[in-house]
Amino acid sequence: MDIPSLSIGRVREGLLSRRFSAAELAAEALGYAQAENPKTNAYLHFSPERALAAAKRVDEQIARGEELGPLAGVPVAVKDVILTEGVRTTCGSKLLADYIPPYDATAVIRLERAGGVIVGKTNCDEFAMGSSTENSAFGPVRNPVALDRVPGGSSGGSAAVVAQGTAVVALGSDTGGSIRQPASFCGVVGVTPTYGRVSRYGLTAFASSLDHIGPFSRSVKDAATLLGVIAGRDPHDSTSADAPVPDYTALLDGNVKGLKLGLPREYLKDLMSETGDLISRGVKTLESLGCEVREISLPSTDYAIACYYIICTAEASSNLARYDGVRYTFRSEASDTLSDMYRNTRGEGFGAECKRRIMLGTYVLSSGYYDAYYLKAQKVRAIVARDFANAFEEVDAILAPVSPFPAFKLGEKVDDPLAMYLSDIYTITGSLAGIPCMSVPCGTTAGGLPVGMQILTRHFDETTMFRLADAFERAGLPA
Amino acid sequence: MAGLANLKLTDAEVVRFQADLDGILEHIGKLNEIDTSNIAPMAQVLYEAEETATLRADVPAPPLGNQAALANAAQPGAGYFKVPIVIER
Repeated sequence: MDIPSLSIGRVREGLLSRRFSAAELAAEALGYAQAENPKTNAYLHFSPERALAAAKRVDEQIARGEELGPLAGVPVAVKDVILTEGVRTTCGSKLLADYIPPYDATAVIRLERAGGVIVGKTNCDEFAMGSSTENSAFGPVRNPVALDRVPGGSSGGSAAVVAQGTAVVALGSDTGGSIRQPASFCGVVGVTPTYGRVSRYGLTAFASSLDHIGPFSRSVKDAATLLGVIAGRDPHDSTSADAPVPDYTALLDGNVKGLKLGLPREYLKDLMSETGDLISRGVKTLESLGCEVREISLPSTDYAIACYYIICTAEASSNLARYDGVRYTFRSEASDTLSDMYRNTRGEGFGAECKRRIMLGTYVLSSGYYDAYYLKAQKVRAIVARDFANAFEEVDAILAPVSPFPAFKLGEKVDDPLAMYLSDIYTITGSLAGIPCMSVPCGTTAGGLPVGMQILTRHFDETTMFRLADAFERAGLPA
Repeated sequence: MAGLANLKLTDAEVVRFQADLDGILEHIGKLNEIDTSNIAPMAQVLYEAEETATLRADVPAPPLGNQAALANAAQPGAGYFKVPIVIER
């Protein structure tokens, strides 16, 4: 079995034609993943019992002649900020190194109910904070395309396993670009659905108004399949939307002629040459398919980073307050008082990036500063969202880069947090507006580094987004 | 700031973070350039329905349970989370 060449469709075809059983595939996929993982450190831990139990259920369905779920037998990886009952979930943090969740995230329940086989949990930046996966307490992940480089972050592990072939699809989380950027860096498809499209129940909270769960895959069709499985209203998450979930794969008809696409002028002005060239070629491909491309404006772009980093750190400081040594495993030794215990536990347990963001968030919410920072940022957020709404009066979708540059070298950017934040410019805007956005591979640089192109559409219009991405994928880049 | 956030920092960390945060806060100050006098703050990204539309019926459901809830406690005991002394006798 050629594990890295599998797709959801090939797994299904193999099972239905009895070329292999789900149990055989699961065992082989696990073995392959375990053997290959040391190269990248993408997986943090494997879940063989869970995988084999899931595979057994699929084989029993086949034996009974029952209809198989959309993900039947498919080896899936799950980012370690998403809870899996009975399977260690660390969020990339020393604070949760021994944490065994007592319940499953809704997205996990749904993917298993659809026949998915969870191979293991993937490495990520601590509590999903970061853009390189270098903030993990368990060592960074190496980009499988170039092992001396980062895979991006914070879902670096999930992007890497899909690129490496040690999973067919993976779940990641995206708050400010944490699915799209690693997808771009690793050369795979990464989707951030509309906010509220997928339940956040069981996703360890980072910034509650910005967090999303979304799929990674090697093809647009597989991402659409996985999203269709996990999406939909969940009574456990009151921010999950009641909007119906279309059959995304059925609507991949390649018919994009006449769609109006916008290129934001504010995004294109400072773009580095190789990335800029590849994005231009991507745009030309879509034009050749009959799309109409025009320049649009998103005037609030300059303020988006400041806005995002106020809101997300404020929400993070609140969400991470719970890690205090009482309920969630890790506690600092020998503290005399409760206050000391809180401070020592958090001081010892959190990495630098988490600490930075918690302090920033606490500051912007503190009395005397709340109006100047947090309230102001919420107003700017309304302006960012309005800019997109205005743009979507003129166009059906927006095209953009994902990152100003491709995968950088490990260690290259750890000393300049502000520079790292500024590189999120193309992805945080979509998150602020809550619109669906995805990264689709758009070629490689001369040095062989992948570059992704971003497609953004209106709220709950993943259908158009997937249709464009799928048509683009099939057409390839002009020579 | 560390005190407010209940974080104990080493001396080296204080120096490093001070520099980092100064830079970040300076960038964030940019927001003062933009006029937001007539804008309502956006607390929630999507809210077409009324406030109570997403609430479920007020019907009790089985809870997580004491044992499961304490399974990851740093120091459980007698059905509780144990912590250092809060009030001196």
